[in-house]
Amino acid sequence: MSDASFVRTEMLSEQDPPPTSVGVIGWLRANLFSNWWNAILTVLCLAVIWYVLSGLLGWTLRSVWNAGSLNECREIMIATWGSTHGHACWGVIGDRWLQLLFGFYPPELYYRPILALLLLFVALAPVLFADKVSPRLLYVTAAYPFLMPWLMWGGSIWMPIGVAAGFVLAYLVGRKLDGSVPGLVLGILSAIIWWMLWLGFPIQAEVFNTGLGEILGAGLGKSLATISPDIAPFWLETVISRNFGGFMLSVLIGVVAIGCSLPLGILLALGRQSNMLIVKAICVGFIEFIRGVPLITLLFVASTLLNIFLPPGTNFDIILRVMIMVTLFAAAYMAEVIRGGLAGLPTGQYEGADSLGLNYWQAQRLIIMPQALKISIPGIVSTFIGIFKDTTLVSIIALLDPLGLSNSIRADTDWNGIYWELFAFIALMFFIACFGMSRYSMYLERKLKTEND
Amino acid sequence: MAESMHDTMVEREIDRRKMQVSEEVAIQITDMNKWFGMFHVLRDIDLTVQKGERIVICGPSGSGKSTLIRCINRLEEHQTGQIVVEGTELTSDLKNIDKIRSEVGMCFQHFNLFPHLTILENCTLAPIWVRKIPKREAEETAMHFLEKVKIPEQAEKYPGQLSGGQQQRVAIARSLCMRPRIMLFDEPTSALDPEMIKEVLDTMIELAEEGMTMLCVTHEMGFARQVANRVIFMDDGQIVEQNEPEEFFNNPKSERTKLFLSQILGH
Ligand SMILES: Nc1ncnc2c1ncn2[C@@H]1O[C@H](COP(=O)(O)OP(=O)(O)OP(=O)(O)O)[C@@H](O)[C@H]1O
Ligand SMILES: [Mg+2]
Repeated sequence: MSDASFVRTEMLSEQDPPPTSVGVIGWLRANLFSNWWNAILTVLCLAVIWYVLSGLLGWTLRSVWNAGSLNECREIMIATWGSTHGHACWGVIGDRWLQLLFGFYPPELYYRPILALLLLFVALAPVLFADKVSPRLLYVTAAYPFLMPWLMWGGSIWMPIGVAAGFVLAYLVGRKLDGSVPGLVLGILSAIIWWMLWLGFPIQAEVFNTGLGEILGAGLGKSLATISPDIAPFWLETVISRNFGGFMLSVLIGVVAIGCSLPLGILLALGRQSNMLIVKAICVGFIEFIRGVPLITLLFVASTLLNIFLPPGTNFDIILRVMIMVTLFAAAYMAEVIRGGLAGLPTGQYEGADSLGLNYWQAQRLIIMPQALKISIPGIVSTFIGIFKDTTLVSIIALLDPLGLSNSIRADTDWNGIYWELFAFIALMFFIACFGMSRYSMYLERKLKTEND
Repeated sequence: MAESMHDTMVEREIDRRKMQVSEEVAIQITDMNKWFGMFHVLRDIDLTVQKGERIVICGPSGSGKSTLIRCINRLEEHQTGQIVVEGTELTSDLKNIDKIRSEVGMCFQHFNLFPHLTILENCTLAPIWVRKIPKREAEETAMHFLEKVKIPEQAEKYPGQLSGGQQQRVAIARSLCMRPRIMLFDEPTSALDPEMIKEVLDTMIELAEEGMTMLCVTHEMGFARQVANRVIFMDDGQIVEQNEPEEFFNNPKSERTKLFLSQILGH
């Protein structure tokens, strides 16, 4: 028998790994104390975390909750801990949280923005969780853009119905003409004409002082809204834009900007790729202009300059103006993000769609966009989050978003001098919203990934 | 490799009686020229394809084969001359283009399946949206053609989960679901491993037996010999020689053809 041959006579039984490589100890060793250098770093980091947290937690937890003013807070602090240093005064949140959430929205009507928010979740569900929710909820989604402004501003239901009818008209005309470019243009034109008839034209100043009428113009919707709360059914008490504020305002502007910037961004991205020279030039010009201008500038234009260009006496709601500006701003960024997604698609996908006889819009909707949007999800959600946070900039043009409100709360002698508690609360609210979006995007990416390959 | 392909296919009895060529014209190309910028890719192309004809186009790389068949369904635009497909002339009129594209099926080298849709959805998409066929009917048709290319059990999978050969057969089935009158193939087997090439070629042979009008860019000379009734050799953007396969392979006339054939069959 040569040395190379070997026959096992007895089979080995399975044994546990050494205790230093499994369980808590194993994990600690592998991740935190794998060598000296690593161990020192771990200890240092723990020390820093401890230092920060002990200060922060002490400030957050050893705090005053029930106080009507900053002075009262300080008295309680001195009485309890002997100093005012290192203790939060959450009394301001307890005192003003409704205001921070709703601004000066009439308290007896709070149910309306709350209902609008709940409906928002219902409307979003079939879009965000298409595989888990009945597609019939999409009707809610379709109605939401018209229902929400009515709930928020009030007025007659005929206003949103009239606006919605314009979209239906545009769709029908566009469809009759088979989705071609002239069909598209004619559809849009017919909708505009319809709106002018419905809302009244020319727009006159004195007539709008109520509800949605104030925002969009006057006319049939307007007259129904003002003259006849009894005759016109489903009339809601109107709330004027000046009373909007707080987190509600941020969410309102954010949701509208997010909701409108995606379709607009898609159109701009497609326009930028178009081989129709003028369309392309307009899109490129628009995108580059908006991206080259700070949002603040656009907001100032919205709040002051726009009045110069509009016919004198026109009352064009400030919140609507801001929404339009923020939407345009977001759309330009969105367009670039989506263009990145489009560039990531192989030309074979276009050729595959073309060779089957799909027309341009069918190919975009069924083949190109689902894939391009999927590639761009991280960028799209980043843009959403960025836009939502940027809504705080409206405080600069005197809208009462949470930051604007924090100024006005401080202007009250009761709370003069309070900063950190307000900012911490505002930050927390924004964090919850933004973190939610971020988690959703991760969920979506994971889901689409396992689904397709 | 071309030789071995030839061998595998000799086993198969081909029913030539069904592969009748009719007098009707399917595609008529006259004096067609195309440029990419300043580069003259296609020069004075004249080509008439009868219904039921099976034409194989070969030639060296860059000779314009792909460009020629892509002009037939307007994936590329020609500049001068005339292309008439099934009686409709290709002009910049979008209606005509979509009509012709729905009559002409095309298979690509890299399949170009839609990765975000299942195999079944890939096959039903165009019938539903272009032909406006009800979904159920479109699905039945799709299953019929998926059975024909022998992969009905993959219907619910996504393209990324299939082998190359399976994907190409899906691509063929997807085109067939539109019930095209003409099929164009652009090197359908050149991205595939040898054993997959056979399954795709088998599918194409079956199609030929059913009398489909086919234009096929390929270097599978075994396939050309057995199935084609005409082989076209292109070089430098022009048709250099065309003949029946026996004559073409055994007795090429042009020097360029001889050189090309010796290169691909020679070793
Ligand atoms: N979009 C384009 N723009 C400019 N030139 C192009 C374009 N497409 C192809 N060409 C050029 O046209 C010529 C013909 O290309 P084509 O793809 O038709 O060749 P082919 O015969 O199919 O070659 P292969 O066997 O490599 O596929 C090549 O020289 C190529 O570089
Ligand atoms: Mg080619």
